Amino acid sequence: MSQEAASKSPYRIREDFPILSARRGSKPLVYLDNAATSQKPRQVLQAMEKYYAELNANVHRGVYDLSIEATERYESVRRLVAGFIDAHSWREVVFTRNTTEAINLVAYSYALGKIKRGGKIVFTEMEHHSNIVPWQLISGLKDLKLEAIPITADGYLDLSQIDRFLKDADLLAIVHASNVLGTINPVKKLTKTAKEYGAAVLVDAAQSVPHMPVSFKEIGCDFLAFSGHKMLGPMGVGCLIAREELLESMDPFMGGGEMIREVTLSSSKWNEVPWKFEAGTPSVGDVVGLGAAVEYLKRIGLDWVRRHEEELTETALQELSEIPHLRIIGPESVKDRCGLVSFILADIHPHDLADYLDKTFNIAVRAGHHCAMPLHAKLGLTATTRASFYIYNTREEIHMLAEGLRQALKYFKA
Amino acid sequence: MASQELENILDHYRNPRNYGELADADIRVKDSNPLCGDVVEMHIKVRDGVVEDIRFKGKGCAISQASASMLTERVRGKRLEEVKDIDRQYILNMLGIELSPVRLKCALLSLKVLKTGVYTYLGEKLKLED
Ligand SMILES: Cc1ncc(COP(=O)(O)O)c(C=O)c1O
Repeated sequence: MSQEAASKSPYRIREDFPILSARRGSKPLVYLDNAATSQKPRQVLQAMEKYYAELNANVHRGVYDLSIEATERYESVRRLVAGFIDAHSWREVVFTRNTTEAINLVAYSYALGKIKRGGKIVFTEMEHHSNIVPWQLISGLKDLKLEAIPITADGYLDLSQIDRFLKDADLLAIVHASNVLGTINPVKKLTKTAKEYGAAVLVDAAQSVPHMPVSFKEIGCDFLAFSGHKMLGPMGVGCLIAREELLESMDPFMGGGEMIREVTLSSSKWNEVPWKFEAGTPSVGDVVGLGAAVEYLKRIGLDWVRRHEEELTETALQELSEIPHLRIIGPESVKDRCGLVSFILADIHPHDLADYLDKTFNIAVRAGHHCAMPLHAKLGLTATTRASFYIYNTREEIHMLAEGLRQALKYFKA
Repeated sequence: MASQELENILDHYRNPRNYGELADADIRVKDSNPLCGDVVEMHIKVRDGVVEDIRFKGKGCAISQASASMLTERVRGKRLEEVKDIDRQYILNMLGIELSPVRLKCALLSLKVLKTGVYTYLGEKLKLED
């Protein structure tokens, strides 16, 4: 195997992740909850440690060397992310804490300020709570109407009435890849339709950016949000990618240091974008970690990541569908899915199942409503069990999951 | 984990005791655990301050339902004042397995329902330990 091919094997990749070889109990960890958060490679941990050991100073403030270097590191990650996500410019990259904060920023700084009273925000039935609740929080303040595009029985968006939803909409807020169904939505096409009706578009890319090539330019949306911790980076940093002229026209989200140019006791002038939206000392060490994560992902290539996850998902769909009394949720076609599979096993409650898989096989899967209660209500379920994959997962782990599920059927006498 | 205790829990889950309703119940009380969707409802017939009869219904995970089933068996014939003294440790001993903090909520739902019912019946205010 060439060096290049060898580095793109999940077996080789695993060696970079300390937690995957650290033993907790007698069995190795089978980590299948990547949609919740990914594990972190040594490269990310080392970059952060190095930053704090050698470069730590507050950014944008000091005139001394160390602060200037820290600032340069921080800003270099902004440029790196801009290239990675294919933004028009680094000015379109705002660092937030996570996807949730990015969406809230848009809710308060864009929707609340720019949408006229009585306007309309459209999302979908398959949204994560973080793309529902912020809109509910502000809707009352401006009498905004909220509508949800329904889903079909096979787990796709029902686009038959899309014109009715979008024709008087001010904002379309839509998930790129569903964290429960796995469905990858046609966001480029939907953005085009929404724009024709004059609506702004926000894409929740929390489950797409870590797992497949995503281009902000190509989608053509106004806002795109994702979390660093789901893409090998540390918890504590996420991104809002936003069109520069919109950022220019929006009011700040939070007030404080860094986001201002000039302050008097009665009023202030805002800093330039994107700093206008980064009040207070940012999480510089985390941003540095995110930079290392992006470099890691660039090195293996998002095309490879996507292909690898398609293979794993295909294997999982195949093996799980052969288990009696197992019902898979979401689209049948692997091409339309991101790397996760949610399911119901007989009448075993997902919490019992996840508990059993953990205790008996050291397999970590997620059980519950996955922060998508409206979607589960629509599916007529209170909870599902979800296995979600990433670059270090292997086929053997999928076999282990399938075997664990068969054992569970016996154990629970289902 | 001792597997005999687990077998016992599964048995109560698969074959719940005292399952159903009481038409002439003096106490009817229901609660749920929104995070996992566990639901437990209890019906209690009281005579002279004693639990004369009890039934429960519900749906949810094995821990929540088995805990309700076992609890109904244990409180029949108990005085309400005794029921008030049942605590978290009692339930843990009853189940006999180790529980993570998440599962603890499942295990304690039935006790919450039972005590809410009893305190309301007695016209007293329930203080939940947690
Ligand atoms: C689709 C989707 N949107 C938003 C989020 C929220 O991400 P975070 O908790 O990092 O803000 C998640 C993560 O669970 C998600 O899966």
